[in-house]
Amino acid sequence: MNGAEFVSLSLPPIVIGVLVAVTCALPGNFLLLRRQALIGDAISHVVLPGIVVGFLLTGAVATWPMLLGASVAAIAAVVLIEAIRRLGQIEAGAAMGVVFTTLFAGGVLLLEQSDTSSVHLDVEHALYGNLESLIWLEATGWSSLADPAALAGLPPELFRIAGAAGLVALLLAVFWRPLKIATFDENYAAALGLPVTAISLGLVIVSAIAAVAAFDAVGSIIVIAMFICPPATARLLTDRLGAQVAWSVALAAIAAVAGFVLAGYGPLWLGGSDAVSAAGMIATVSGVLLGLAALVGPHRRPLAAQP
Amino acid sequence: MAAELQLAAAEGRRVAPGDAETAAFAVRGMTVSYGPKPAVFSVDMTVPEGSMTAVIGPNGAGKSTLLKAALGLQTPLAGRATAFGQPVTDVRDRIAYVPQRASVDWGFPTRVIDVVAMGLYREMGLLGRFGARLKARAADAIARVGMAEFADRQIGQLSGGQQQRVFLARALAQDADLYLLDEPFAGVDAATEKAIIAVLKELKARGKTVVAVHHDLSTVTEYFDRVVLLNVRKIAEGAVGEAFTADTLRAAYGGRLAAADLPGAVHAI
Repeated sequence: MNGAEFVSLSLPPIVIGVLVAVTCALPGNFLLLRRQALIGDAISHVVLPGIVVGFLLTGAVATWPMLLGASVAAIAAVVLIEAIRRLGQIEAGAAMGVVFTTLFAGGVLLLEQSDTSSVHLDVEHALYGNLESLIWLEATGWSSLADPAALAGLPPELFRIAGAAGLVALLLAVFWRPLKIATFDENYAAALGLPVTAISLGLVIVSAIAAVAAFDAVGSIIVIAMFICPPATARLLTDRLGAQVAWSVALAAIAAVAGFVLAGYGPLWLGGSDAVSAAGMIATVSGVLLGLAALVGPHRRPLAAQP
Repeated sequence: MAAELQLAAAEGRRVAPGDAETAAFAVRGMTVSYGPKPAVFSVDMTVPEGSMTAVIGPNGAGKSTLLKAALGLQTPLAGRATAFGQPVTDVRDRIAYVPQRASVDWGFPTRVIDVVAMGLYREMGLLGRFGARLKARAADAIARVGMAEFADRQIGQLSGGQQQRVFLARALAQDADLYLLDEPFAGVDAATEKAIIAVLKELKARGKTVVAVHHDLSTVTEYFDRVVLLNVRKIAEGAVGEAFTADTLRAAYGGRLAAADLPGAVHAI
C-alpha cells in the first residue's frame, strides 16, 4: 500500500477507531469503579430501537434524526433502569439486563416489521458497524492533510466523534475532583454538599453521548468492549486513578490501531484471503490485552477486594 | 429556624432558650423509613458545643440512619437537623462526617494523601490548586492520626485500623467544628482505638463537638461525656452518669442484652 492509499483508505478509519475507543474508555474508568460497567453495554444496545424509531418517523436514513432517536432511547433506558432498580428493589446489573435486552429485542422486531429493505439499516450493521467503509476518497496523499478542499471530504463521522471525544475529555477534566470523591465515597461526597445524584446521572449521560457518537461511527461491538476492557486492563496496571485513566486511553488507542491492522492483514499473514471485521478485531485485541494484564500485570487483586 | 424566631418575635412571644438554637448539633422529630416500618421514629437529640456524645443502641436501632438523615444523605419522612442554630445544609463547612469504613471499596486506585485531600475539596473547588498550604494541612492531618509514613501508600494496602485513621484524617483536614463519626471504633486494633480516642479528646479540648455512633458499651463511660440511647425511638439522652444506666440499657436493648451478644457490656454496667 502506498502513501496515498494509506491516507485515503486506512488513516480515517484508524483515527476514527482510536477516537471511538478513547471516547468510550474515558467514562468507562468511572463506570468500572462504580460497578456500573454494564451501562455501556446497555446504552449501546438500546440505541438500536432509537435509531429505528428515528428512521420510521423521518422515513430516511438521515444522521441527525437517528442520533436524536438514539439519544432519546439512551436517556429513556437510563431512567427505566433507575426506576426498575428503585421500585423493584433489585440489583443494578439485573435492572440493566432487563432494560437493554427488552429494548434491543423491541428494536429488532420493529426493524423486521418495517420496510427498511431499501436502506442500509440492519442488525449486523448496528452491531459491527462498518469502520472499513469510512474512507476518504478526496485524499491523494499525505499532502491532502493540509488541503482544505480535500479535508472537507473526510467522513462526517470523524468530526462527530472528535467533537464527542473533546467534550467527554473536557467534562472529565473539569469535574474530576467531585467525580472522584463521589465515586470513592458517595456518603462523604454528599456530606460535603456535592450533588451526588446529579454527578451519577451526569456520568451516565456523558457515557450515553460517548456511546451514541461511537455507535454512529462503528456500531456497538467496539463500544461495549471499549467501555470495559481498557479501563479494566488499566486497573490491573496501576493503583492511581490518574494513571489508570491515562493507561486506559493508551490501551484503547493501541487496541484500535492494532485491531484495524490485524483485521486487514492478519488473515493474509495466516494464508487466508479475506479481511475480517475491524470492529470485531479491535474488540478482540482489547480483550486479549486484558487477559495479558491479568496474567502478568502487577495488581492482580480482584476489584471487589474488601478488607 | 430563623423564620421561627422571626415569627415569635413578630408575635411578641418570648422564645424559650431553645436549646436547638445554641446547640452544636440538634435533631428534631427525625423519622426515617425504608419500608413499612420506620428505622428511626420521631427522634429529638441535642448536643451541646464542646461535648463528646456516644449514640448507642442495638443493631438495627437506626443509629447510622439517624446521622445520615441529619446530614441529608437519606431523605427523612419528617424531621430536621441543625448545627450551630442553622440548617445542616447551610453550615457544611463546619461539619466533618466520618462514614463507616466498610461503606467504601478500599481497592479504589488512590493513595492516603489523595483521600485526605478530599477533606479540602470545599476549599479547593473544581479547579483550585492543591497548593503548598493545603498540602501542609493534609500532611498535618495524616500526622495527627499517626499515619505520616503511610501518606503515599495505596489505601488497599492498609490494615482496617489504618483505613479508619485515614477516614479520621480526612475529617481533620476539614478543620470543622462538629465531627459526626459512624462507628469509628468498629473492627480496629487496640493501637488504632487509642490513637483515635486521643485525637477525639484533643478535639474536645479545643472546644470542638464530637458525636460518634458507638457499639462497645464497655468503653462508653471512659470515652464519652454524653450518651443518646436509641432503639428506633430515643430511649434516653443526657450525661453518661444519668442516662447510661442499667434501666435505660434494658429499655434500649430489651431481651437482647441478656441474649449474651453483649456480654462485656453486661459486666461493665
